[in-house]
Amino acid sequence: MLVKDVKEVTAFGVPQETFVLNVGPQHPATHGVLRVKMTMDGEYIVKAEPVCGYIHRMHEKMGENRTYAQFLPNTSRIDYLSSMNYTHAFVGAVERGLKLQVPPRAEYLRVITSELNRISSHLVWWGALLNDLGGWTPLLYAFDDREKILDLLEGICGARLTYAYYRIGGLYNDVDDDFLNGTRAFVKHMRPRLKMYKDLVTDNIILRKRLIGIGPISAEMCRKYGATGQVIRGAGVAYDVRRVEPYSAYPEFDFEIPTYPEADSMARYLVHMAELEQSLRIIEQAVEKLPSGPVMAEKVPRVLKLPAGDYCYAVEAARGRFLVRIVSDNKEIPYRVKLRTPCLSNLSLFEEASRGMLLPDALALMGSLDLVIPDIDR
Amino acid sequence: MNNSPANNSQAQSVQSPALASPGAATPSLAPKPAAAASPAPTAPAAPAAAAAKPAVVSAAPPPPPPVPAALAHLKVPFQGADYSLKGYHAEATVAPDQVVAAAEALDKEGFAIDTITGVDWMAQGQMEVVYDYFHPEKTLRAVIRTRVPRDNPELPTISKVFPGANWHERETHDFFGIRFTGHPDLSPFLLPEDATYHPLRKDFTSCS
Repeated sequence: MLVKDVKEVTAFGVPQETFVLNVGPQHPATHGVLRVKMTMDGEYIVKAEPVCGYIHRMHEKMGENRTYAQFLPNTSRIDYLSSMNYTHAFVGAVERGLKLQVPPRAEYLRVITSELNRISSHLVWWGALLNDLGGWTPLLYAFDDREKILDLLEGICGARLTYAYYRIGGLYNDVDDDFLNGTRAFVKHMRPRLKMYKDLVTDNIILRKRLIGIGPISAEMCRKYGATGQVIRGAGVAYDVRRVEPYSAYPEFDFEIPTYPEADSMARYLVHMAELEQSLRIIEQAVEKLPSGPVMAEKVPRVLKLPAGDYCYAVEAARGRFLVRIVSDNKEIPYRVKLRTPCLSNLSLFEEASRGMLLPDALALMGSLDLVIPDIDR
Repeated sequence: MNNSPANNSQAQSVQSPALASPGAATPSLAPKPAAAASPAPTAPAAPAAAAAKPAVVSAAPPPPPPVPAALAHLKVPFQGADYSLKGYHAEATVAPDQVVAAAEALDKEGFAIDTITGVDWMAQGQMEVVYDYFHPEKTLRAVIRTRVPRDNPELPTISKVFPGANWHERETHDFFGIRFTGHPDLSPFLLPEDATYHPLRKDFTSCS
């Protein structure tokens, strides 16, 4: 900006110049193709405007031109880091419409696999956040542990990322002893690792200085923007869909909803870390109490037609509230499939939350939001 | 692992006739009258939805559950809904100019914005706009619906009440061409910056 008249010059004679800094669309800190147009005043952010849509695939239109069963694999490809949870919401909505009773064994296995997926997702987030902040090693530890989960899940459904393991009315197939023993061994393996993570990283003074007090997001701001997951729990609100709108077999397990009232990036970090332990607890209980029986409902119609009306189903995905809204007109093909994803709402507050922040702090804030870009763009 | 076809009935039903292309599927999707999406009685000032009210009700519908106490005192015409079947506790159909008042009432009750989306009821010449809300502290979900004429879909923005509505409305504009008056920026959000089409309109077939 050129200084044209004296009004644009401050009292000290320094021109108030701003410049636009383009972060992304290909940028290591965005973990995907997200562009943030930042108007900068020196190192300080005046306005940071996320530009979305680079990986938009129009899943919702795809939902309107194929059957419910055909759309099912799409649900694994929205947030590819926690695809179990996303498929869960979709099959849940269809089962709600069909009034299908899912066998208890299938519900338990859904909980086990969803929680394993949540842990693997948190591990990616943890490694990536540390990577953003300049620490490369934790990513390697995280991926080492995550590999064990991917191996377990690959054993039961053949996929390492886009599982599509759930079916409308149950599961693709039953698990074997290898999976159950492997899961028990993983829980045993993971607890000392969490201790190591704490000693090596969480208690590290450099990390704490990068996160404590950085990027405050109040509970009120979360409410106004519909932010959920670790963002709202890191603002001291115990909002978790597993507790607030209980689904599947979650009411049968004993677990806590970790919250931290500080509402800064460190609080969001600590919520993630505490959730790893809670997921292990749920898995442990579910494996021990796993009922026997079928993994598929008995009377799943070959042709799925939901009675006219709309059906919502929400789950606590790894990053927050994921809602599927199906509108049916009593045909084999959904009339409308709406996918409400947590990352879109969590990112939408970034412009307000990052105002006046230093650029490196804003990247720490963005890392603590745990964004998956295809989840925003769908 | 056991991979027998018996365990895979869903995958088989994938073969069913609906392999139609988007273009072939859309014309047959004439929706049933509002039964599909607005079982709630319409608000006094919702002329469009009233006209589309179904005459025949399917066999013995159970009476709707009562409206949750936290919503019953609001001036929004809420109807109770069966959560186990629908995934929300109450819904209301209001006139398009009432969505801001409804948002303000829910804001006062401590609700958070969940999402906003559209549904194109092409056969009836209407666009439905659905506002989902959740409560951060209670087990409570509320839905507000409204309908606007399909040839001139326009209604006020609620982004001044819930700033989070900004992106949801922008996306709804992208996909349906529904205009939110007073919205700060309705430029394409997920679509390319030069997009002039609205892909979730039922008569949309391909990029032109």
